[in-house]
Amino acid sequence: MSTKDFGDRENAFDQPTGGTELEVQEAALKQVLADFRSSVHAWSDSALSRPRPVSSAAPHRIWRRALGWALGCVLVVGGVSGGIYERHHQQQMARIAAARQVQQQRLVAEQHAREEEDLLAKVDSDVSREVPSAMEPLARLMAEDETR
Amino acid sequence: MATAEEVAAQDFSTIVQTHRPQIFRFLLASTRDLDLAETLTQECFLKAHRNWSGFRGDSSAMTWLMRIAINLQKDHWRNRRMQFWRLTQTNSVDLDEASEWLSSGERSAEQKMLAKEQVGRVWQAVKGLSERQRTVFLLRYVEEQELSEIARATGLSEGTVKAHLSRALAKVRAEMGRKQ
Repeated sequence: MSTKDFGDRENAFDQPTGGTELEVQEAALKQVLADFRSSVHAWSDSALSRPRPVSSAAPHRIWRRALGWALGCVLVVGGVSGGIYERHHQQQMARIAAARQVQQQRLVAEQHAREEEDLLAKVDSDVSREVPSAMEPLARLMAEDETR
Repeated sequence: MATAEEVAAQDFSTIVQTHRPQIFRFLLASTRDLDLAETLTQECFLKAHRNWSGFRGDSSAMTWLMRIAINLQKDHWRNRRMQFWRLTQTNSVDLDEASEWLSSGERSAEQKMLAKEQVGRVWQAVKGLSERQRTVFLLRYVEEQELSEIARATGLSEGTVKAHLSRALAKVRAEMGRKQ
């Protein structure tokens, strides 16, 4: 790999002043990149030759995923059923309140009707006590005639 | 490099045996995650196997496989970003661990320490690169591919590859200079 492979100098961090310094820096960078390359190769080779615990790693992931799904399902089901329960509860409460209101109105109406009936009965009895019967004068006349 | 006819004639298992280490290495360096690199390598060869009959040999098998690997890697990160409810942490090894893999060679303990530190800085710089810059950088300096090959594998023009490479190197230089 030649020195020109290391990109344009205008993008460099430090602009070297002399040609020798530039060469030294480029050589150092070249060495670092070669070390980087060999370290990646060594790591990869080692990873490729390592025994792979497939049986232990895979179930772990599967269990974690299954647990995640289960928790998600529980949350969704819980949320939905909670919402449904809350809505149902509210509807029931509204129904009970409406029934109670209807009952109260009925009681009030009954009370009013009873009061009206009592009032009418009272008026009736008062009137019957104070006003003579329609046939009373005629009856009196008849009684007077008989005595005569 | 094998010709298109030779490549087409090769048995797929030979292709796997030949190119698996390189594909795995690229994916490992891109993700720093052993399990993920293995999974994506398997997916890459599975996809390649499904489309093997359609491989016309316009490019080398390696370039074709690398293109699949790059797309798989891209899809993986895109899906991860979309799955915002998943854990944000990955199984990527930390940068110190990634820089452990350095052959001692003829170096003294001090030189080895210094080299390890510098490799760690390169990893740090690579971590900060954009997806494209990282891909181009790794293909050039880890896989030692030619610019034209990188251009074919990434689907970019050579000029764009050069520009990405230049920016990636500038960041590596900056990282090296910043901590010195």
